[in-house]
Amino acid sequence: MSGMFMHNLGLGAISLRRNPLLTALMIMSIGFGVAASMVTFAVFRAVSGDPIPQKSSQLFVPLIDNRGPQFNRHGEPPSALTYTDAMALMRAHRADRQTLLYPVSLSVMPGDSSKMPFKATGYATYGDFFPMFEAPFLYGNPWGSVEDESREAIVVISRSLNQKLFAGQNSVGRRITMDDRQYRVVGVMDNWDPKPRFYDLFDGNEFADPAQIYIPFTYAIDQKIETYGNNNCGSDGKRGDDRDSWLHGECVWVSPWVELNSASKVAAYRQFLDSYANDQRRAGRFNWAPNNRLRNVREWLDFLHAVPPESRISLSLALGFLLICLVNTIGLLLAKFMRRAPEIGVRRALGASRADIYRQFLAEAGMVGLAGGVLGLLLTGLGIWGVGLVFEPQIARLAHLDLSLVALTLLVAIAATVLAAFYPTWRAAQVQPAWQLKSN
Amino acid sequence: MQIKPILSALRRHKAGTFLIAMQIALTLAIVCNALFIIHQRVSHLSEPTGLDEADIFVIQNEWVGTSTPQQADAKIREDLVVLRQLAGVQDATPSNSYPLRGGGWDDGIKLKPDQQQDTTGSTVYFADDHFIDTLGLKLIAGRNFRADEIAAMDVRDTLAPPQMIVTKALADKLFPNGDAVGKTIYMVGGPGTIVGVVDVLQAQSVDRWAAEFAHRSTIIPKRLASTIGTFYIVRARPGQLDAAMKAASKALFAHNPRRIINEQDGLLSFTEVRSRAYERDRGMAILMGVICVVLLAITAAGIVGLTSFWVGQRRKQIGVRRALGATQRDILNYFMTENLLISSAGALFGVLLAVAINLWLVTRFEMNRLSLVYVLAGVVILLLLGQGAVLAPAMRASRVPPVEATRSV
Repeated sequence: MSGMFMHNLGLGAISLRRNPLLTALMIMSIGFGVAASMVTFAVFRAVSGDPIPQKSSQLFVPLIDNRGPQFNRHGEPPSALTYTDAMALMRAHRADRQTLLYPVSLSVMPGDSSKMPFKATGYATYGDFFPMFEAPFLYGNPWGSVEDESREAIVVISRSLNQKLFAGQNSVGRRITMDDRQYRVVGVMDNWDPKPRFYDLFDGNEFADPAQIYIPFTYAIDQKIETYGNNNCGSDGKRGDDRDSWLHGECVWVSPWVELNSASKVAAYRQFLDSYANDQRRAGRFNWAPNNRLRNVREWLDFLHAVPPESRISLSLALGFLLICLVNTIGLLLAKFMRRAPEIGVRRALGASRADIYRQFLAEAGMVGLAGGVLGLLLTGLGIWGVGLVFEPQIARLAHLDLSLVALTLLVAIAATVLAAFYPTWRAAQVQPAWQLKSN
Repeated sequence: MQIKPILSALRRHKAGTFLIAMQIALTLAIVCNALFIIHQRVSHLSEPTGLDEADIFVIQNEWVGTSTPQQADAKIREDLVVLRQLAGVQDATPSNSYPLRGGGWDDGIKLKPDQQQDTTGSTVYFADDHFIDTLGLKLIAGRNFRADEIAAMDVRDTLAPPQMIVTKALADKLFPNGDAVGKTIYMVGGPGTIVGVVDVLQAQSVDRWAAEFAHRSTIIPKRLASTIGTFYIVRARPGQLDAAMKAASKALFAHNPRRIINEQDGLLSFTEVRSRAYERDRGMAILMGVICVVLLAITAAGIVGLTSFWVGQRRKQIGVRRALGATQRDILNYFMTENLLISSAGALFGVLLAVAINLWLVTRFEMNRLSLVYVLAGVVILLLLGQGAVLAPAMRASRVPPVEATRSV
């Protein structure tokens, strides 16, 4: 059998050489079609993957409608919480883990005074942030609820900031001056940058540069550290007229996250949110029925359209492109196979069965597919290199050619060509030996 | 040219005919939509900001250390003096944002104090009395701010500027009769009077969410005393942009080193601002363009391949026709007409498909409706492409000698 397969491949190679123009057209058609689909797929995969697959169904964003049906958009509560509601959720402590966060940007003074100060961006958050999102640590540990309560000036820094400030040494216990305040380093995180950055979609940071610092939310509030992110006040005007009244007003700017490890806990948390909203209603702050949301990571990404529409549009177009190349290949294979009707007639007359014809021509198509796949691979490599032209660097650098993409490219090329070959092969197998011999 | 014999010949090549028609249809559908997307992107690219862009640059100045809003404002005023004294600088103004930056301050505007819903959203540009001259905006009604009207404002203060200058687009939305100057409008913190109208000033974001108020901007006489930092928009003297950019950064650090001007994007000419803002749009247009060209080439290649096959198959019949008196031109016409028939059928189906794909894009991605001009352009392009692709095989067919009729294969 395998001998026969090799024989078929041999026949295929001879036939492909006999018609170099048609063969080249087919290979190019497959190559371009596969490459276009694969490049856009690589981008799509990079931006639409689940950033935290092991936990995405246990992490939730709780949202509370503090605006009411008159002011909210399309009936949806705002996409973040007011400081008041955020603190209420933290105090209630109803989830397995809970955290709040907002972006901060602080000026870092390098220890070496000959160097210029620079900005470090990151988050003010609670200690639960690190275990919830499974952030890996290189040195030290996350801070805990004790430090959250004691409102300490501590910081967890990224590996790259540790490299810049401390040449990559274990810096736990060392001090950093940021915005004139001294922070003690409690931990150094290993490389960690989930994309899209699901936990900070509210601030439009889904593809931002990696965060460098994490400081306690409680300390940041005490020190009146301003948010470096969005602040959305709606149009009802209850936004205060100084920092204090703003903080306790109805502007939303805090992103909340809770971890709920079972379906019953999720249901219980929904109930808790409703009872909280009802309490606010009784207290006179809300005058509408509870309108809360509890979305997990995937639902949250979908809701805020975190995947750039450009990559979806180009993915659809590339699939259309592959389809056109397939139709093209069917046509070319048909031309190629039918041109050999006399040869098929002779083979059939000499005793070859229809199945033999099928095998021979599918093997030939497989070879075209393989060649197209190799060309497609080269073009994919070229295309991924060119992605930087099309998408901003933050997205472009996520798309890369790895082993699975190489395998997929070849597989798609061969499978598509063999699929395209079925109809032409069937036509070839229908050739009547007698008719062909007669016309000769 | 007789069509009937062509049709009956095509009936004997159903599969090939169908494949070419399908190819034309799919290509038409995708090319139309791609052309349409390119056009939308490109027309977006050329929208005016209203600025005199060639001489303008922007400094993103961030403060080191903590300061009160009062201290921040004092530092801003000192910096402005430093910048305006530079030889290569014509004028400078502080702001919270600038057109094409991507983010900033948007707020609602009402016509009455007790109104529940906003009349419209608007981009809010914080400005002093140098703003209009620095940016090169065209004041078309009313007046500029006076120096004594400019005041500092903390980020968390209520937004209630007593005077405002609005763009024509905003003025037309609020007061369609064209009498906006002198009218009172309401921002979230209270009433203010429109003192002037500028012709064009684009919003800070060109994203879809801001499209609703893309040119409805409001300029308010406030310096935003943010403790994080501020933007300086600077106008260089004509032809001195590069020198002024270097001098400005150097002078600011010389005056007060406790600041950060980021190496990558802290100092940008407006040309760079524009190219950054439209990076994605331009990239998308390039991608679509490449796809269209390759697609057309592949479709043409497919037509060449199949037609060559047909010509090869029909050499004998062609020979017979030639022997019976058909001229070379008749044979050429035969294949050209055959292709035109197939392409037209394909194009007809392709038009339907193009509209269907567009409808899907409209519902899925909030794209605009496809204009018929694109469909027609696509049809013409593909019919020409088909005729061009069939030309070489048809010429070869027309050169088949009449003696071919007598050969057996």
